[in-house]
Amino acid sequence: MSKTTFVVGLDGSDAGARALAFAQDRAKAVGDCTIALCYVIEWSPFSFQTPEENEQRHKRREEEIELAHSRVVDPAVTAAKAEGFDVVGIVKHGDASEILDAIAKERGAAQIIIGRVGTRGLRERIFGGVTGRLVASASVPVTIIP
Amino acid sequence: MKKQIFAAATLAALSPVAAVAQEMSIDDRVNQIFASSTGWFVNLIFAPLPFEVAGASFPWIVMWLVVGATVFTIYFGAIQFRAFGHAISLVKGDYSDPNDAGEVSHFQALTTALSGTVGLGNIAGVAVAVGIGGPGATFWMILAGLLGMASKFTECTLGVKYRNEYADGTVSGGPMYYMVKGFKERNLPGGGALAILFSIFCILGALGGGNMFQANQAHAQISGIVGDYPGWITGLIFAAVVFAVIVGGIKSIAQVTEKVVPFMGILYVGAALIILLVEYDKIGWAFGQIWAGAFTGLGVAGGFVGALIQGFKRAAFSNEAGVGSAAIAHSAVRTKEPVTEGVVSLLEPFIDTVVICTMTALVITISGVLVVDPATGNFVLNEAGTAIQTIDGSSGVQLTSAAFATGFSWFPYVLAVAVVLFAFSTMISWSYYGLKAWTYLVGEGKTKELIFKLIFCVFIVIGAAAQLGAVIDFSDAMIFAMAVVNITALYFLMPIVKREMNSYFSRLKSGEIVKHKH
Repeated sequence: MSKTTFVVGLDGSDAGARALAFAQDRAKAVGDCTIALCYVIEWSPFSFQTPEENEQRHKRREEEIELAHSRVVDPAVTAAKAEGFDVVGIVKHGDASEILDAIAKERGAAQIIIGRVGTRGLRERIFGGVTGRLVASASVPVTIIP
Repeated sequence: MKKQIFAAATLAALSPVAAVAQEMSIDDRVNQIFASSTGWFVNLIFAPLPFEVAGASFPWIVMWLVVGATVFTIYFGAIQFRAFGHAISLVKGDYSDPNDAGEVSHFQALTTALSGTVGLGNIAGVAVAVGIGGPGATFWMILAGLLGMASKFTECTLGVKYRNEYADGTVSGGPMYYMVKGFKERNLPGGGALAILFSIFCILGALGGGNMFQANQAHAQISGIVGDYPGWITGLIFAAVVFAVIVGGIKSIAQVTEKVVPFMGILYVGAALIILLVEYDKIGWAFGQIWAGAFTGLGVAGGFVGALIQGFKRAAFSNEAGVGSAAIAHSAVRTKEPVTEGVVSLLEPFIDTVVICTMTALVITISGVLVVDPATGNFVLNEAGTAIQTIDGSSGVQLTSAAFATGFSWFPYVLAVAVVLFAFSTMISWSYYGLKAWTYLVGEGKTKELIFKLIFCVFIVIGAAAQLGAVIDFSDAMIFAMAVVNITALYFLMPIVKREMNSYFSRLKSGEIVKHKH
């Protein structure tokens, strides 16, 4: 177990890649450091579903996790490992800001690093983006990469 | 997929042309054929008991449901009251394992099941009950709702315990599975036969209450606003949309409905509450009518037994407790403890019957749409003597509509939209229940599923074209036939549920099962 852990939020976009690049820079400076690469699949237990969706849910969930690993997380983990970093990849369902904070708490992370995604849509305007909510509720320092 | 959408669109576009040629008589003919071919089964299900109850004939099926719900209530020690608080914490997710995030939650299983039950039964069914049985029917409806919570608990616990989990991760559950597996576990014969019988009735129930009744009442509501026009037109439009969803696989329509329906439900209850608040001085009188009518009948056809029968019938039709459909809907939840889903499911008759149906009944009673004889204070019967006379002669959903219109003149329009959406979501849910029973009987496979889905769409048109009486009788008969088979199985399997229940609650009490912190 290394001394410092950084939790990095990935979403498959450039913003996520920028966050990872920043985390790698910091990890080099710190030295003994683990980078936890997290991909959160947006999901709420309080949504409404059809019986057919419920029947398929378990299967879909596995597929979603599989896809997130193969498309986003695993390539990033492999690339970072090749550069000599200590990296773990995590995929979870839920609210991105809550999950990132929960992982940070669980692993005793020093900080959370995420890329800023431009706000769009009505939902974001009313409830604030993931970044906004994370900053407002996180229990560890958050670094936002523009 | 595109081809199928195109086919559905062509069907919808061409049919009116073909139908104009043989206008007028279609509705009548459909109704005639329908009534004559289903009448014998309806008579069998609603056959009166060989003895009279308080001087009136009493259908054995109503007794069957009441006795079933009462037995479960006593056997499980009034579980519906003891576990009510726990049901709410389960739905809130207090006991959900965070590692199961992304799986079907208790909330989702409950709301999916609710969208299949909250619907026309709450709007039209209650109006039928109050129209025939008087306000007193409400008392018996509430009682049936409270007792029915125990039936739901029993069937949904079994539904989760004996569901099939396939290698690809999909799940399938329902009475047919617990009949087969549960009977085997207890070394009882006949599980397979019950499962087959249940599946047959479930398919017919899906076509009746889950389909024709919905199409019929949706048409009544729409034609009440835009003026009278042939029912098969509404039927064809509905059939085309349902076809697009269940055959064409256009999930977006179903998903939109699933999201809009809960808000319609809230809007409906909200409107009812506002009407009750405005007329608050009459609430006491209304409850007085409900209470007095429950035991005296207040001059209603059939006296208090008439009120009781109507109340129990409509409650069972609305919340489906003991029918077995909920066991199918609830079985996809992610939980290690089948009892938790049983506990969650007991909220269903509460929300459906005790809350929403009571709202409808109170609004109808308070609004004054039922004609009261000023001299005696009793209700005036219509000319045929079969139901209470209403101010505009309406019944079913139109009576509810008229009652709400006394508070908000624009409400019939909102109600029309709600009725169409409720009807649609109930049809989607029941097409799923019917399909599960169908594939249980004939086996899985694309062609076999397609055949059922096409039959389902055809029945939408029949339902919209037939007259209310014939459709209601058939729908009731099928739904209750399911309950006959299902409750029989529940009697044999209830010791298993009791074992599960005692084990779960003792572990909950000892602290072995704890809340997860979020």
